[in-house]
Amino acid sequence: MTADLRKIIGLHGAVLVILFAAQFFLPAYHHGNLARIMVLATYAMGYNLLFGYTGLLSLGHALFFAAGLYGMGLGMTQFGLGAGAAVVLGVVAGAGIGALIGALALRTEGVAFMIVTLMFAQAGYLIILYFGSYTRGDEGFVIQQADRLVAGLDLSDPTVRYFAALSIFYAAFVVLMWVLRSRFGHVLIAIRENEERAMMLGYDVQRYKWGAVVLSAGVSALAGAAYGVLFGYVGASFASVQYSIFPLLWVLLGGAGTMLGPLVGTIFMFYLIDLSSGVTTAYMLIAGIVLVCLTLFAPQGLMGELRNRFWRWLP
Amino acid sequence: MSFLNAEGLTKQFNGLRAVDDVTLEVPKGQVRALIGPNGAGKTTLVGLLSGRLACSSGRISFDERDVTSLPAHKRIASGMAYTFQITSIFPSLSVHENVALGARRVFSDPKEAEERVVAALHRVSLLERAHEDAGDLSYGHQRLLEIAMGLAQAPKLLILDEPTQGLADGEVVAFNKLINDLRGHTTVLLIEHNMNVVMEVADFITVLNFGKVLFEGTPEQVQASSAVQSAYLGGADAEA
Repeated sequence: MTADLRKIIGLHGAVLVILFAAQFFLPAYHHGNLARIMVLATYAMGYNLLFGYTGLLSLGHALFFAAGLYGMGLGMTQFGLGAGAAVVLGVVAGAGIGALIGALALRTEGVAFMIVTLMFAQAGYLIILYFGSYTRGDEGFVIQQADRLVAGLDLSDPTVRYFAALSIFYAAFVVLMWVLRSRFGHVLIAIRENEERAMMLGYDVQRYKWGAVVLSAGVSALAGAAYGVLFGYVGASFASVQYSIFPLLWVLLGGAGTMLGPLVGTIFMFYLIDLSSGVTTAYMLIAGIVLVCLTLFAPQGLMGELRNRFWRWLP
Repeated sequence: MSFLNAEGLTKQFNGLRAVDDVTLEVPKGQVRALIGPNGAGKTTLVGLLSGRLACSSGRISFDERDVTSLPAHKRIASGMAYTFQITSIFPSLSVHENVALGARRVFSDPKEAEERVVAALHRVSLLERAHEDAGDLSYGHQRLLEIAMGLAQAPKLLILDEPTQGLADGEVVAFNKLINDLRGHTTVLLIEHNMNVVMEVADFITVLNFGKVLFEGTPEQVQASSAVQSAYLGGADAEA
């Protein structure tokens, strides 16, 4: 057991160190990409808690990402909050909406849960468009550089931005790792494996699932708020169904129910599109073929395959 | 009032009345066997008692509390443990984790929980296989794992649904010893088809037939009853 723990700490620690060190030798273009990827991977980690560890497939996570984005953005434009307080407001908004939607959507299961979450997210998207005078709808609004300051640091500066993205990724990673090793996390995994058995061991399955939705929504909202403040833009397209599908795709590619899967999947998908679009305008065709191959030959995702074949101890 | 009390318990599935006005009183510390032909309503009855199924009518009290309207997880948390007839484990988790999930709900101190896990696994002789995936165990060993998951919760009432199915002869002997060890401090409700086990471990037997209580008595009385003989034991002997 302790040998496994050493391997877990070694591997994940190495990944975190590489992410820290990468900024010193990456060229500017990839430096900017990696900052973006780390924020999106945080979103994927939030999604993975619900999908990969609890076994609940949501098709409406864009709502939580957008709640963070708009909670932050509107906090600044409407209430005049500073960047730090606005991000906190974004997280609170996302977790709050998660608490409400969770209480309602968890009355359903399986396919019905997917449809209900999708519908709530669509309703959220339409509400953002409806209140266009505040949200600027599809067009969105820019967050001015002067507002993107935290403790005197300019978040639009590439180095500061990289550090901020890294900190958010680290924070989400450590919190989720801790949650999954806690009693709460073990029960979530038990629910994924056999929900009825978990109930017949005396666990209040509904309450645990609700807790997972709230935490997952909160982490997704953190990513949304960070994305807005780091890259200076808030818009309704982030609430569209596409942004509910992305984290599902990233997590599936990287390996659902693995800690590193969301990061690996996000990097993979980001560069798959980036590189193939440099080769041809039909880049979605290349992306599609690669995805089909991955689904055929690595149905557990990249990290999931690694776990099946070599690293049984991977959390 | 007895430790476990069911009054006028009925379960209607569309046209079928699987459990029909059953009244059951189990005193504290007793090993009670529930027997009857296939389809007599035994599993449905324990499903009603544990809260897995909602009853159509009737009342259930457990440990001096009315639990009729409590959901299953609260009844389990109040001191029942339930083992499934059709093995229901966490196949891709380790044997140890399966049992630990049972123990950790009851014992918040990690050290005590761990001791309970080790003790429960030791009792069913699965300690050496603690780190294997539960799904890799043979069917009989999965049955034993179910029992360990129940034991680790240190329940006041242990409900066992056909625990000896798929066990080797030696394991059945060990199971009988296990129940005899529990006698007195844990109340046991045991559904069992193996009559040798029933006659050896049960203090008292309830015979169900067509959802109704056909007969209740000590093992000797049940063996002597001609009603039970014709409804059940004859059939069971022929089956075996």
